[in-house]
Amino acid sequence: MEKDRKDMDRRDFLKKALTVTGLTLIGGKAFAEPSSIYSTGNIANRKNWEKYEKMKASGIKLEDSYAVLVDLTRCIGCRRCEWACNEWNKNPNKPLKDFEESKDQKPSIFDRVRRTHAGEFTVVNRFYQNNTPFYVKKQCMHCLEPACLSACFVNAFSKTEQGAVLYNPSLCIGCRYCMIACPFDIPAYEYYDPITPQITKCTMCFDRVTEGKLPACVEICTADAMNFGKRSEILQLAYERINNNPQRYIHHVYGEHEVGGTSWLYLSSIPFENLGFPKLDKIAIPKISKSFLFTVKVLEIIAAAPLVWGAYYMISKNKKSGGDSSAKTHDDKK
Amino acid sequence: MREGSFLREKIFLGMSFKEYLKNHATIWNFIALIILALSFFSMAYRLLYGLGPATNLSDTYPWGLWISFDILVGIALAAPGLTVGTAVYLFGMKDYKHFAKPAILSSLLGYIFAVFALMFDLGRYYRVFYVIGWSWGLDSILFLIAWHFFLYIIICLIEWSPSLFEWLGKDRLKEFFSKLGIWATVFGVIIAGGHQSALGGLFLVAPTKVHPLWYSALLPLFFLISAIFAGISMVIIESTISHKVFKEKIMNFKENEFNLKTIGLAKALVAVLFVYLLLKILDLAHYDNWHYLVTLYGYIYLFEIIGFVFIPALILINSIKMGNARHVRIAAFLVAFGVILNRFNVSLIAYNWYIPFSEKYYPTWMEVSLSLGVVTLIVLFYRFIVRRMAILN
Repeated sequence: MEKDRKDMDRRDFLKKALTVTGLTLIGGKAFAEPSSIYSTGNIANRKNWEKYEKMKASGIKLEDSYAVLVDLTRCIGCRRCEWACNEWNKNPNKPLKDFEESKDQKPSIFDRVRRTHAGEFTVVNRFYQNNTPFYVKKQCMHCLEPACLSACFVNAFSKTEQGAVLYNPSLCIGCRYCMIACPFDIPAYEYYDPITPQITKCTMCFDRVTEGKLPACVEICTADAMNFGKRSEILQLAYERINNNPQRYIHHVYGEHEVGGTSWLYLSSIPFENLGFPKLDKIAIPKISKSFLFTVKVLEIIAAAPLVWGAYYMISKNKKSGGDSSAKTHDDKK
Repeated sequence: MREGSFLREKIFLGMSFKEYLKNHATIWNFIALIILALSFFSMAYRLLYGLGPATNLSDTYPWGLWISFDILVGIALAAPGLTVGTAVYLFGMKDYKHFAKPAILSSLLGYIFAVFALMFDLGRYYRVFYVIGWSWGLDSILFLIAWHFFLYIIICLIEWSPSLFEWLGKDRLKEFFSKLGIWATVFGVIIAGGHQSALGGLFLVAPTKVHPLWYSALLPLFFLISAIFAGISMVIIESTISHKVFKEKIMNFKENEFNLKTIGLAKALVAVLFVYLLLKILDLAHYDNWHYLVTLYGYIYLFEIIGFVFIPALILINSIKMGNARHVRIAAFLVAFGVILNRFNVSLIAYNWYIPFSEKYYPTWMEVSLSLGVVTLIVLFYRFIVRRMAILN
């Protein structure tokens, strides 16, 4: 099956490469990748950033940021959220039917664990435990202290008051360090755009939320697997569900404390490690980089003192030893 | 071409263009030409069609060979200026003066070409100046590195410029920059120390992605120390090669003296290697990672540490005792290779350690050829400058 997909995509890709470039210079590419990696020119991230800039200028204050609770015990794997996300963010899409069918197909898109790509901001994965399927929606977790934000050396990310972590393509140089830093492997890159590639990621539907609408994926969910609201209320809701039904859930709200807390929170009936979630400390990633930077700067300043003294010493020593005005004068003089 | 013209005297080493070409029609230059041709093709392909078609980079592996080799390895191996330059100009170790100028030149070329190679890895390379003067990500470790690279290249230029102005016959400028040299060296130590460690610091933000055997709060320190021993071993390697290739350039070359100094460098090298080993063991014990040693990653780790740190250290001790400069040189090669291996391990092999090896990144031929081309350019520029300026004598 894996091989079939590979062959199919390989043919696909070759066709594309041949038509686009007229060349057949392809090395050993990982052909098992889905077509969404070829997507370029997404406008959702830029649109949301521009809206954010406008709103920031008007200066509205919010008391609490928004959050989404994903109840994995309710998710039925229909993938309608994927369709809605693609639709709203103008990513390459397929008919809704194609998404809904994949659960019962064999082979199915669920056969391998997927991640987000340039033209795909959210994906639903399937995991099995004791022959029971578990469906897990994956998208940007919208960290309270985002690793991508602190990794970016041109400050192209922002954590909005609404909770969304937004990306500004007009500053991005394309170093892809945010992709290294993200503990959830969310930011994706438009590798197939040679001139103006950008990072793409879920915007928590900032443009909808700020107009009083639900995020596209939340709105379309018919299984009631997602709830949107203020983070404090959402957390309360999560614990209510756990306490009212302790045998249905494990006592862990994923995202409450992970890497300093996230705006997307998850409930599950089995341990999150079995569902592809990374096991993360409570410490926020930016704290690690900030403390490192602080240490380096302090050490650099401390080191400067003896070094400057050493330089003065060398200069005066050289002056005494006669002739040479500095330590760097060269042999050829003698 | 006019006799005594600038082009003829300075660029073509006193030969006419025809003579110069004839003189350079060697097998090595031919190989270099082929590598460069392939490399330039890859560069053009990358610029025209993008990273996707040219490389094996993916959303899972956003950084590949160009970061691992050109930046992480390249910058570590370009540390001779930091080590020997400092020892000579700041600590007044005059015995090693002959090593200092080549060391500074190789640092300068190493950094310039590392940044040159980086331009092909950056998605929007034409915006690279944003980080210097447009938008500052002050919390980013990469921001510190970008600024330190920028400053360090300026520092290397200042340190190197006396040789340049001497070649151009501008004595007053040469004098001026000679005086600046010691200050450049002082700030060079700070700046180089800062960014060498920050290159390791880059991976501090990925605690779950880098294998526990390599991930450590000490990563920055490990990168700094290994850059120091990489720098010393590169000085040994470089001087060995240049003394073979440019014998005619070095006036009154004394084999014995050269060997003695090589052994002197070996003493410094072995000391740094043992500091590193000690910290590595401490690190293993602190994180209680012993049980990982019997896994596949453990073997890779041991291969790196024992094969390319511990064994070279033993060879060095023995050769210092026996006064065998040849063995020092072999050990220096091992150490430099170990640093290459270490950077590959941290950034590629131990990165995303939970995914199976079959899904790991490996470079395309274009990525490899571009990197090889950059190395070739460094060698050619080094040779070009050494033949013309007073670097070796």
